[in-house]
Amino acid sequence: MDRTQLLLTLSIALFALGLVGVMIRRNALVMLMCMELMLNGVILSLVTFAERSATLSGAVLVFLVFVVAAAEIAIAIPIVLLLSRQRRTLDVGAYSELKG
Amino acid sequence: MSLETLLLYFFAAASLAGGVLMLIARHPMRVALALISSMISLAGIYAILGVHVIAVFQVLIYVGAVMVFMVYVIMLLDVRDPSFLERYGRAVVPSVAVAALLAVALGAAVSGGDIMSAERLAAMHQGGRTGASFDVQPFSVEFLERYWLHFELTSVLLLAAVVAAIAVIKAGRRHDG
Repeated sequence: MDRTQLLLTLSIALFALGLVGVMIRRNALVMLMCMELMLNGVILSLVTFAERSATLSGAVLVFLVFVVAAAEIAIAIPIVLLLSRQRRTLDVGAYSELKG
Repeated sequence: MSLETLLLYFFAAASLAGGVLMLIARHPMRVALALISSMISLAGIYAILGVHVIAVFQVLIYVGAVMVFMVYVIMLLDVRDPSFLERYGRAVVPSVAVAALLAVALGAAVSGGDIMSAERLAAMHQGGRTGASFDVQPFSVEFLERYWLHFELTSVLLLAAVVAAIAVIKAGRRHDG
C-alpha cells in the first residue's frame, strides 16, 4: 500500500474508533478522551498532506491546532469536574435532561 | 521492505491497538494510558515522516500537558462512580454501524487517489514556499517571520482559556452556595 494511503486509512480508522467511543461509552471523561482520539486522527491526515505537499504552513497549522486543543481541554476539564461535583457521577445518563 | 516501512506499520498498528483498547478498558485511567500510547505511536509516525517538530510537539503538548492534566483529574474522581462499572450505554450496535459506515465511505473517497498526488497538492497551495524541509530551523524561521501574528494570537487564546476556566470554577462555587 502507498504510504499516504496507509496513513489516511489509519487516520480514518482512528476517527471512527473515537466516534464509536464518544457514542457508546457512558463516562463523560472517557467520552472527552475519545474526542481527543478523533482529533488526533484528523491531525494525522493534516500532517500527511502537509508532508506530501512539502509546505511549512501545514506544520504551522498543526501547531496552532495543538494550542487550540490544549485550550479546549483546559475549559472542558473544569466543566466535567463541576458536573461530577453536582451529581456525584460522570454517567452521561444522569444528565439526560440537558437534552431539553 | 525497508526498516522505515516496517516501523511505519508497527506504529500504525500500535496506535490502532491503543484506540481499540480505549473502547474496551473499563477504568478511565486505563483509557487514558491507552490514549497516551496511541499518541506516542502517532509521534513515532510523525518522526518517520520527517516532521520532527510536530513529533516533539505531539509528545510535549499532548502527552506532556493535556494527558497529564487528564490523569490528575481521573485521580480526583470517585472510584465508586457507576459509570466506571458499566462501560457502555444503550445504543452500542447502531453506533458501531454508523461509525463503520462512515469509515467505509471515507475510505472509498480516499482510495480514489486523485486528491493525493503531490503536484496537485502543491498547486493547490499558493503563496507558501513548497519543497521545504521540516527541520527545526526552517520551521522556526517560517513560523516567526510569516506567522508571528498567529503565534501572538495563540497567547491571547490561551489567556482567554485560563480566564474561562477560572470563571467556570467560580460560577460553580457560587452555585454551591
